[in-house]
Amino acid sequence: MPVVCLIDYGAGNLHSAKRGLERAAPSPDWRVEVSADPETLLAADRLVLPGVGAFASCAAGLRARDGVEQAIHEAVSKQAKPFLGICVGMQLLADRGLEHQITEGLGLIAGTVRALDAKGLRVPHMGWNDVRARKEHPVLPADSDAYFVHSYVFECEDEDAVIATCDYGETFPAAVAKDTVIGAQFHPEKSGAYGLSFLKNFLEWRP
Amino acid sequence: MTLKTRLIPCLDVKDGRVVKGVNFVDLRDAGDPVEAAAAYAAAGADEICFLDITASHEDRGTLLETVTRTAMEALCPLTVGGGVRSADDVLALLKAGADKIAINSAAVRDPSVLTEGAMAAGSQAVVCAIDAKNVAPGKWEIFTHGGRKPTGIDAVEFAREAERRGAGEILLTSMDRDGVKTGYDLELLRAVTDAVNIPVIASGGAGELQHLSDAVTEGGASAVLAASIFHFGTYTIEEAKRAMQEDGIPVRVTW
Repeated sequence: MPVVCLIDYGAGNLHSAKRGLERAAPSPDWRVEVSADPETLLAADRLVLPGVGAFASCAAGLRARDGVEQAIHEAVSKQAKPFLGICVGMQLLADRGLEHQITEGLGLIAGTVRALDAKGLRVPHMGWNDVRARKEHPVLPADSDAYFVHSYVFECEDEDAVIATCDYGETFPAAVAKDTVIGAQFHPEKSGAYGLSFLKNFLEWRP
Repeated sequence: MTLKTRLIPCLDVKDGRVVKGVNFVDLRDAGDPVEAAAAYAAAGADEICFLDITASHEDRGTLLETVTRTAMEALCPLTVGGGVRSADDVLALLKAGADKIAINSAAVRDPSVLTEGAMAAGSQAVVCAIDAKNVAPGKWEIFTHGGRKPTGIDAVEFAREAERRGAGEILLTSMDRDGVKTGYDLELLRAVTDAVNIPVIASGGAGELQHLSDAVTEGGASAVLAASIFHFGTYTIEEAKRAMQEDGIPVRVTW
């Protein structure tokens, strides 16, 4: 029975992410675990890191759970498990975040999370916007609209990690990927058919 | 490649059933909120809004259960408002499956609840709902309790304060127009959208498709909310989006 573990560290979109994954499950034998127990993380087949709110508070929440950060590094670096970060969960993949203060991220994809340069447009960037693939990736569905809610963006040091972009004042990464790790700035769990395909593709992804 | 203007059907929910108040008084039953929300999401609604008008705070369980069942069905964002008094109420609704929480009277009583909600859940989850009545040319006052209780607070000033306090969005309802289908109060809308840099949802008064476009092109709204024109089948979500598109407004094409 394949198990996907949704990392529970107090993120606000945990429940909707759980429902999204359950709906996207390719077959009924999939199980979605919600846990902050390092053993459970290491035993799962795939990991999902949700996240809404501020980078600093999400990072603090994650680090308040004993052994979770180490388990994430072990699952990704040693076990090569497929790992998905959603919204702030995607931003946490970066080396650092600049929201409110400088906060260290997970350092799984090189880059910095900085304020979106909306060039006078309203912030947060809230609503449906085009996701445009920059390169082929097994998890990306055909280009469509997805639901975004954010004020910060992931500036990747490695351009190669940017697999899809979106425009709002500036062009910023809508999705990033490296090895077995993928992140979405949008909310696949709220993005209708596009989001459902994205989640299903992630669950079936064999990097 | 652009952010789409959101079209948001709003369901007034009382004791777990959909109602639509004409000027918040004359209530009519219009069905099951979960089914209605799922149908709207499938029809291309960009977001769904529930406003709970259940009188008693003790009946909160019914709302939470409705929210949970809706979140299971509708794969689009769900905003829930009505009777939200504290950061704990915000968290309980988020936990039930809502994405954004509208805070109305409690924020008028004490705007620090917006900050507390934003600290607990992030600004993106906190919507400040403002019910305003035109009291003099170019002046709008906030009213609470379904439009019965004046507060003496200027609506435009309060919108600015809400942004400063951490709200991520404003849901602006004209109490003069709500339920009367003569169009949104565009002057009020323009005054508020000019005053803040967060998204503003236009609410109260949509009766024809042209009203939706006007709220965006003339009022500067980022999203338009409507109830009765959809609930009673006057127009479909697709018809509304096509009409907006014809007026040059970017919409999410779902047909």
